[in-house]
Amino acid sequence: MGDGNSADAPLIELIGVTKTYGEGAAALQALRGVDLRVEQGEFVAIMGPSGSGKSTVMNIIGCLDIPTTGSYRFRGMAVERLSRNQRALLRRNYLGFVFQGYNLLARTSALENVALPLLYRGESVSRRHAAAREALAAVGLSDRESHMPSELSGGQQQRAAIARAIVTHPAVLLADEPTGNLDTHRSREIMELITTLNRDRGITVLLVTHEPDMAEYARRIVRFVDGMVESDRPRMEPA
Amino acid sequence: MFWNTLALAIKEIRRNLMRSFLTVLGILIGVAAVITMVTLGNGATAAVSERIASLGSNLLMVRPGQRLGPGRDSAGAPPFKLADAQAIENQIGGIKAIAPTVSRTITVVHLANNWSTSVVGTTRDYFTVGNWRLAAGRVFNEAEQRSGKAVCVVGQTVRANLFGSENPVGSTIRVGRFTCEVIGLLVSKGQASMGMDQDDTIVMPLRTVQRRITGNQDVRMLLVSVSDGTPTSVVRRNIESLLRERRHITASEDDNFNVLDTREIADTLSGTTQVLTLLLGAVAAVSLLVGGVGIMNIMLVSVTERTREIGIRLAIGALEREVMLQFLIEAVVLSTLGGLAGVLLATVGSVLLTRVMEVPYLFNPTINILACAFSAAIGVIFGYFPARRAARLDPIVALRHE
Repeated sequence: MGDGNSADAPLIELIGVTKTYGEGAAALQALRGVDLRVEQGEFVAIMGPSGSGKSTVMNIIGCLDIPTTGSYRFRGMAVERLSRNQRALLRRNYLGFVFQGYNLLARTSALENVALPLLYRGESVSRRHAAAREALAAVGLSDRESHMPSELSGGQQQRAAIARAIVTHPAVLLADEPTGNLDTHRSREIMELITTLNRDRGITVLLVTHEPDMAEYARRIVRFVDGMVESDRPRMEPA
Repeated sequence: MFWNTLALAIKEIRRNLMRSFLTVLGILIGVAAVITMVTLGNGATAAVSERIASLGSNLLMVRPGQRLGPGRDSAGAPPFKLADAQAIENQIGGIKAIAPTVSRTITVVHLANNWSTSVVGTTRDYFTVGNWRLAAGRVFNEAEQRSGKAVCVVGQTVRANLFGSENPVGSTIRVGRFTCEVIGLLVSKGQASMGMDQDDTIVMPLRTVQRRITGNQDVRMLLVSVSDGTPTSVVRRNIESLLRERRHITASEDDNFNVLDTREIADTLSGTTQVLTLLLGAVAAVSLLVGGVGIMNIMLVSVTERTREIGIRLAIGALEREVMLQFLIEAVVLSTLGGLAGVLLATVGSVLLTRVMEVPYLFNPTINILACAFSAAIGVIFGYFPARRAARLDPIVALRHE
C-alpha cells in the first residue's frame, strides 16, 4: 500500500492541504493550505471557532475525507492516492474514533459495541469478547458490559466509545469534541482517561475542542482560524 | 465474516420482529400461492388422466358418421355389423381385443325398484377392452354369447338402485319386456371425465340386445384395444382404410365413420389443465414479485433509519462490500424465511384444498425447491439496491445523520 520510507516519516504529515466544498460561486473553502506534522506519541489539541476548519482537518486525518489539493501522509503514505477501501483498511488498522455524540449502536450491549471493530478484523467471538472486556476494564466499565447504551449515563457511554476506539490498539486516537455533551465533572474524567491512554499506552491523541479547559490536557495546541493554522505551540506549563 | 454477518442479520431481524414479519408476509403469500396453484393444477391433471385411463388403455372408439363438428353430423351414415368387427380383428395386426357394442337407455325393474340405465350389448372382449373387473359372479360365456341368452352383468350404480347392498348375482331383473338373470357384478370405476357415471350400466351379450331390444343387426360402436407396444396411430390408419374399403367409400369421398383415440382426448384435456396450471402459477408469481418490492421498500427504510449505524461501521473500518454483504444477507435471510414459511403454508393449504376438490395431492419437490430458490433470489435482487446504497454512503454525512 505504501510509498516506502515509513520508518523515518512522521506519523501524520499534512503538506499544503486545502479543502473546498462545492463548486463555482457557491464553493466553500474550508481549508486554505494547512501544514502540520504530528509525531508518534504526541497529544495535540486542535482548537478554533466553529467554521475554522478544525473538523475538516480531523476528517482528513481520520481518512474519512481527502484533501482537494496538497498531500496527507500517514506514516509516509499518501492517503489521497488510496481508494475508499484502502482508506477503510487504514482506519480499521491504525485509527480509533471518539465522537461528541458517542455513536454507540442502539439496542446493542456495551460489550458488543466495543467488540464491533474486531468483527471487521475477522477475529473469533471469544477473542473479540476477551479484547472487549479488557478495553472496558481499561475505561472502568467492567461492571457495565451487558448494559445497553440507553442504560448508561453520558459519561459511561463516552467511556464505552473510548473502549471501542482503543480495542484494536490503534496508533492514533481521534477525538472530536469528546466532552461536548458532558458536564465539567464528567468531562474531566474523560480527559483524564484520554491522558492516561496517551501516557501509558503511547497512543497518539488528536483532540478537537473549543473548550480551553479541555485543551489544557494536551501537550501541544494547534489553533485554527479561517481554514489555516494560526498558532502551533506547546502548552504553557502552569506556573 | 460470513457467519458473523449472518448472526448480525438474524439479530437485526429479531430486533424488529413485527416489521420483519410484515415484510416477509408478501413473499410468504407469493410462495404459498405459487406452490398451491401448481400443486392443485398437477392434482387436477392427474385426476383427468386417471379418469381417462379408466376408460381403457390404448383404446380406439370407432363410430359411424363423421366426427361431430360445425356443419357435420352422423345422420344417414350406415351402422356397423358384427362382420366389420370380425374383419378388423382378423385382418389388422396389433389388436389386443375388439368389442362391438350397441346400447340403449332402458328401464330395468327388480321387485318394487326400477331404474333407467344404459344397457350395453357386446361380446366378452368388452370387459378386457374397458378394463372392467368383476366384484362377484362371472361374465357370459361363448355359448350364451352365441345363443343370445338373457343374462347380464350389472354395474355398481344399477345394483345400488335395484338391490341396495344385497348381492344381485342369481337374481332376475326385468329389462323392458323380458326377464334377465344377473350373473355378475362389476367393480366400481367411478366418474369418467365430463361427469359420466360409468357404473350406471348393464352389460349383455350383443345378440340378446339386438334380438330383444333394438330388433336389428346393427352395431353402433367398435371399441378396439391396441396391444402394448403397437402405436395406436398405425392401427388407426389400418382400421380407417379397411373400413373405407368395406363401406365402399371412393377416394373422393370423406369417411362416414370416425375413429377416436382416448389418448388424444387425454392429451387434450391434460394439456388444457396444464395450461391453466401455468397461468395460475404465473399470476401467483406476480404476487411473489410484489413481495420482492415490499422487501426492497423495507430495506430502503432500514438503510435510512440506520444511516448513523452504517456511518459508525464505515468509520471504524468496515469495507464497502462488508456493509453491502450485511444488508444483502439481511434481505436474503428475510426472503428465505418468507419462502420457507410459504412452503409450509402451501403444504397445509394444498392438502386441504385437494381434499375439498377431490383431486389427488401430489407433492412436487421441484416447485417447492424452485419457489424457495426464487424467494432467495428475490432477496438478492431487491436487496441489492438498498445494500449498495448503504455501502456507498459517505461516512462523514452518515455520522452526522440524525
